Amino acid sequence: MIYIRNLTKVYHSASGNVRALEDVNLNIEKGDIFGIIGLSGAGKSTLLRCINMLEKPTSGSIEIDGVEMTRLSPSELKEMRKKIGMIFQHFNLLSSRTVRGNVAFPLEIAGLNKRAIDKKVENLLELVGLSDKADNYPSQLSGGQKQRVGIARALANDPKVLLCDEPTSALDPETTLSILNLLKDINRELGITIVLITHEMNVIKQICNKVAVIEKSRVVEQGPLIEVFKKPQTETARNFLKSVTLSEIPKELKDKIENLSHEHLEGKIIKIAFFGEITTEPVISSIIRKFDVDTNILYGNIDHIQGMPYGTLIVELRGKNGETDAALKYLKDLGLDVEVIENV
Amino acid sequence: MSETINLLLVGTWQTIYMVVVSTLIATIFGVPLGVLLMVTDKEQILHNEPLNKILGTIVNIFRSVPFVILLIVLIPFTRLLVGKAIGTTAAIVPLSVAAIPFMGRLTETALREVDRGVIEAAQSMGASPFQIITKVLIPEALPSIAAGITITTINLVGYSAMAGVIGGGGLGDLAVRYGYQRFMLDIMLYTVAILVAMVQLIQFLGDILVKHLSRNR
Ligand SMILES: Nc1ncnc2c1ncn2[C@@H]1O[C@H](COP(=O)(O)OP(=O)(O)O)[C@@H](O)[C@H]1O
Ligand SMILES: [Mg+2]
Repeated sequence: MIYIRNLTKVYHSASGNVRALEDVNLNIEKGDIFGIIGLSGAGKSTLLRCINMLEKPTSGSIEIDGVEMTRLSPSELKEMRKKIGMIFQHFNLLSSRTVRGNVAFPLEIAGLNKRAIDKKVENLLELVGLSDKADNYPSQLSGGQKQRVGIARALANDPKVLLCDEPTSALDPETTLSILNLLKDINRELGITIVLITHEMNVIKQICNKVAVIEKSRVVEQGPLIEVFKKPQTETARNFLKSVTLSEIPKELKDKIENLSHEHLEGKIIKIAFFGEITTEPVISSIIRKFDVDTNILYGNIDHIQGMPYGTLIVELRGKNGETDAALKYLKDLGLDVEVIENV
Repeated sequence: MSETINLLLVGTWQTIYMVVVSTLIATIFGVPLGVLLMVTDKEQILHNEPLNKILGTIVNIFRSVPFVILLIVLIPFTRLLVGKAIGTTAAIVPLSVAAIPFMGRLTETALREVDRGVIEAAQSMGASPFQIITKVLIPEALPSIAAGITITTINLVGYSAMAGVIGGGGLGDLAVRYGYQRFMLDIMLYTVAILVAMVQLIQFLGDILVKHLSRNR
């Protein structure tokens, strides 16, 4: 659907040249919700804006639906852009127009007649749940409502692709969730391919099926979301994942572990990270059955990405005569990601 | 007494006539000039370095020539345009020529305040530069443009006081010829009072217009 090859972008400014993108290659397939994550200044917006040529690439190619974007004439580009919707962090609505007027804007640009526009606008407002706000001005709307207008506007000309530049970064967590769910519905029901950039792993986790990590102008890692979650290849990816997985034991828990009474039993505090089908509950109970160990669950969290459970469990194991080690080996043999974090 | 009133009435009418017509002309030509200045600048939708430089230079030249001198320098041009070089109608030519670049700069400034992101959003939807100008830039900047027209109008009230140099008449001319040269202090005071009231009224109406245009924003 969208194939980016050897994309490089250099900005020339008074203070020197900025290499904002360096040899970027991406494959985005039809129906994907493709997330691009990176820190501020990494080049995310530049990359997204190159896709619809708001920014002219310095070199490389961008192919959308078989069309080479870098070689289009200005009028061909205008036509192509009507099939690529875009939404923005700061919504970028026209303050001089009502909600209705904003959604009508791209349809006027495309030259539809008034009746067709009215009908389309009604449908779009219904889709984003803003029919009752049709005659309000953007200044009278909340952030979430403004983004809904932005989405309705971006969908007006039935695009095949929706580009999202930090669409939820100006929103509170609850509103973020509702906007992400709306995007997910749009992707599913209208079959629109979504490219979304963000600096928050949480956003990626909620809706993306694929992710690319961009760092200092380069894509350093990319793949299906689950793969990147399971086996991040780069430090950058691991750092982003920290924000959504338990990678450090909470301080309170640490203190508690240190104060655990040293009885005569040899004990270990272990961390089990699990991902996917394995449910830990039967695993824990089978340890108790199979080995002469006491188990004590100290901490646990579980979450889902794309309907798949993942999480961490911190368990205290106590047993005699090497039973603890045997239990540990049993867990490892089951293919679980087990780590001893403390011997007590 | 009735002669004084008559003088003041004629003077007021001449001032209103000169100011209103030249404001209209300044708006008709100044707003498009401001649009051109803005869109042809660096990183704007119709960037055109030579055109931008040429327009900018012309605007600066006209804005730096003192109005009194402009009145005289433009005499041949005025004659060409309206067939005569003196009188109230003739004065409208130099007034407009002075106000167009002024209005142009004010419009340019107003358009620059339009959020870049909104322009980009329009571009991302496939809008042409012309559509961006008519559907985004001007509507979004309309309150500021209206404020600019108000300032231009008030400026023109001031400039019109010098129209006497080419026989344009008006309140300023009245103040100079009767009030100053013939020591008729009452006429001097009345004209100043009328001019002050006029400026107040223009500002008041302009503020209402701006407020109306920026409601809901
Ligand atoms: N128009 C521009 N001119 C010059 N440098 C720019 C421009 N836009 C972005 N940059 C630079 O390019 C780099 C990447 O910016 P950007 O793509 O906006 O990053 P991100 O969206 O990831 O925060 C930054 O160093 C930024 O300063
Ligand atoms: Mg950005």
